[in-house]
Amino acid sequence: MAVFSSLADRLQETFRKLTGKGKLTEADINEAMREVRVALLEADVSYKVAKDFIAKVSARAVGSKVLNTLTPGQQVIKIVHEELVALMGSEQAKLAVSSKPPTVVMMVGLQGTGKTTSAAKIANNLQKQGRRPLLVAADIYRPAAIKQLEVLGEQLKIPVFSLGDKEKAVKIVRAGIEHAQKHGNDYVIIDTAGRLHIDENLMTELKDIQAAVNPHEILLVVDAMAGQDAVNVAAAFNQELKIDGLVLTKLDGDTRGGAALSAKAVTGCPIKFVGMGEKMDALEPFYPERMASRILGMGDVLTLIEKAQKTIDIDKAKEMQAKIRTAQFTFDDFLDQIEQMQKMGNMQDILGMIPGAAKQLKDISIDEKDLVRTKAIVQSMTQEERERPEIINSSRKQRIAKGSGAQVQHINRLLKQFEQFKKMMKQFANTEAGKKGKKGKNLKGFFGNMPFLP
Amino acid sequence: MGLLNKLRQGLGKTKSNLSERIQNVLTLGRKIDESLYEELEEVLILGDVGVETSLALVEKLRSRAKEEKIKEADQLMGLLKEEIAVILASGGERGLQIEPNKLNIILVVGVNGAGKTTTIGKMSYNLKNSGYKVLLAAADTFRAAAIEQLGIWGERVGVDMIAQQAGSDPGAVVFDACSAAISRKADVLIVDTAGRLQNKANLMAELNKINKIIEREAPEANIQVLLVLDASTGQNAISQARLFSQAAPLSGLVLTKLDGTAKGGVIIGIINEMGLPVKLIGVGEGIDDLKDFVPEDFVQVLFEEANI
Ligand SMILES: Nc1nc2c(ncn2[C@@H]2O[C@H](COP(=O)(O)OP(=O)(O)OP(=O)(O)O)[C@@H](O)[C@H]2O)c(=O)[nH]1
Ligand SMILES: [Mg+2]
Repeated sequence: MAVFSSLADRLQETFRKLTGKGKLTEADINEAMREVRVALLEADVSYKVAKDFIAKVSARAVGSKVLNTLTPGQQVIKIVHEELVALMGSEQAKLAVSSKPPTVVMMVGLQGTGKTTSAAKIANNLQKQGRRPLLVAADIYRPAAIKQLEVLGEQLKIPVFSLGDKEKAVKIVRAGIEHAQKHGNDYVIIDTAGRLHIDENLMTELKDIQAAVNPHEILLVVDAMAGQDAVNVAAAFNQELKIDGLVLTKLDGDTRGGAALSAKAVTGCPIKFVGMGEKMDALEPFYPERMASRILGMGDVLTLIEKAQKTIDIDKAKEMQAKIRTAQFTFDDFLDQIEQMQKMGNMQDILGMIPGAAKQLKDISIDEKDLVRTKAIVQSMTQEERERPEIINSSRKQRIAKGSGAQVQHINRLLKQFEQFKKMMKQFANTEAGKKGKKGKNLKGFFGNMPFLP
Repeated sequence: MGLLNKLRQGLGKTKSNLSERIQNVLTLGRKIDESLYEELEEVLILGDVGVETSLALVEKLRSRAKEEKIKEADQLMGLLKEEIAVILASGGERGLQIEPNKLNIILVVGVNGAGKTTTIGKMSYNLKNSGYKVLLAAADTFRAAAIEQLGIWGERVGVDMIAQQAGSDPGAVVFDACSAAISRKADVLIVDTAGRLQNKANLMAELNKINKIIEREAPEANIQVLLVLDASTGQNAISQARLFSQAAPLSGLVLTKLDGTAKGGVIIGIINEMGLPVKLIGVGEGIDDLKDFVPEDFVQVLFEEANI
């Protein structure tokens, strides 16, 4: 079975027929919405949530005037995107703070979603803000779950309270909170065992804990890779416990993450944190715009433009484009690009934001670690080498290697990539230039002034 | 409890049996129309089968219905179930293939939290009960307390584990484990690996290396690589199957957590595309909760809630 092309590509195809009209007609919208629906479902947004969403957006889009700065296609994308962002919560929600410490936070969720790791990350986050968190190990079922929390606590120098796995979870949690009160901990993070939402006994255990200690915040941990069942799970946990927020984990994977939308829609709870890796500092606040674009699989079009306008010097960008077109692009410019991009944020994110570019650049390695090395290599080049890389012979390579701490093979690879990149950029710039006349007439027009990246 | 019942356990909550039966009666003799096809598509998508595969299945059904002049809904359902069961059975041989009188090595891979370690615990229990000498290798040296977790399973089952310190090179653990398995004349060596997301190039390269070490150190062995998939995973499972198979040659899948309400329908597309069998399924956290995969049961449960 063939791989579905991205929504952006498909929408562009659909919208090619629409250009030039003044108003969005029902037929236009219906055609576009079919594509949006498929995109949502392929992203694992719940069937029902997708259906409701489409109905709502269609109603808003029909008859809306097409702004003269946008094409009808862009207009629909904008509306879909805005509604998606609105649905996911436009404001960032923070962790609760109790006026009477300790603030008690309880982590709940299915097996294997990442509760223990998230509990430790949240505690780490709090500690960095000058708080004094205590972790409480209440997963008495999974082998070595307590030990896992203890190891993480030790790494982070955060205390972990446990009574082993022979005591009831309720007792452990009660004692944990007393311990926190005695020791001046202002936050208590409770790690509970993973459980199925249909497991009556274990759901009762959670309710017992809730009744005993009345947590200020119950966080449901949801795996970003979850499928259609995510709504059932989120609804059940919410019904039993009235949860306060969501933690979305494993978002550093290549999942589109539609479960985020499902869980949000069905519980009404904000996504408070996002897990972006296995390291203890890989916990981020939730950005609805990013998530909306990711679910649509079309790149973070609107935010990118905003962001780019803020961080990128437009004159510089124009200059860069001219250079690229005339193939005068040097390693200095390359370095400049890297720095600009680092300023804008995570490389992978940015690449994901650019529909056309993401596809073309897929083969080029963009590991952050590589970036650091690339920067070091370029910085070890002389001015002449940066401008005319063709003069870099093997003795020069040796010197650059020494200066940058990289190996000669890295330098070779970079030189080759630079050449390829230049070639590709030239092509790209040419097509952009060719389209200048009808700028804004299609999606690519959005990126007329975007400098592209290494 | 029978397996089908265990799979059904999750469904009982959503609909009382009585109303289900009544509805089924009412729909008996239902005629085939467009809305029926739409409902079928919905059921498939709700089961995580995915838009693309669902549409392909429904299209196929349409043409078969036309060719075979089928008029009634329940006949059509029968066809669809049959169609899916055929795909599910097409992946290859199910169950573990343990070759007698030689070393069998099972490398267990998958994303974080899929159920690898638990599956290994259950698998070693089953294998030991069948009379095999089993050895475990703790090659997840990365996740906190992963070695201890596997160790507890080893003790429960009563099989030995080869391990090094946390943070050590998983390749070195595997190297040790292979030579231990050979010298101790083990029948089966099961290797636990750290959970990894399939888009992390460095971690996939590490997995590739682990597999190479096994192939090099135990050239005579019957090596199987099992990808553990969580049944609650959506369409990302496709990417998991594709990218893991690039790092190590997969022999089959283990589908875990089927005791929940998720249906795991994404495997239909995976099996169709990649020709991999589902070797085993996980239906709980207990030691006895690893079972054979029966395509007909799986399909039955996929459509259980649908009143068609
Ligand atoms: N209900 C249910 N839970 C399961 C099943 N298989 C595994 N689990 C649970 O899922 C959680 C994660 O399982 P693990 O075996 O630790 O998963 P893993 O893939 O080894 O995880 P990492 O090593 O952390 O990547 C544990 O709480 C298991 O008890 C299953 O078939 N059904
Ligand atoms: Mg494990």
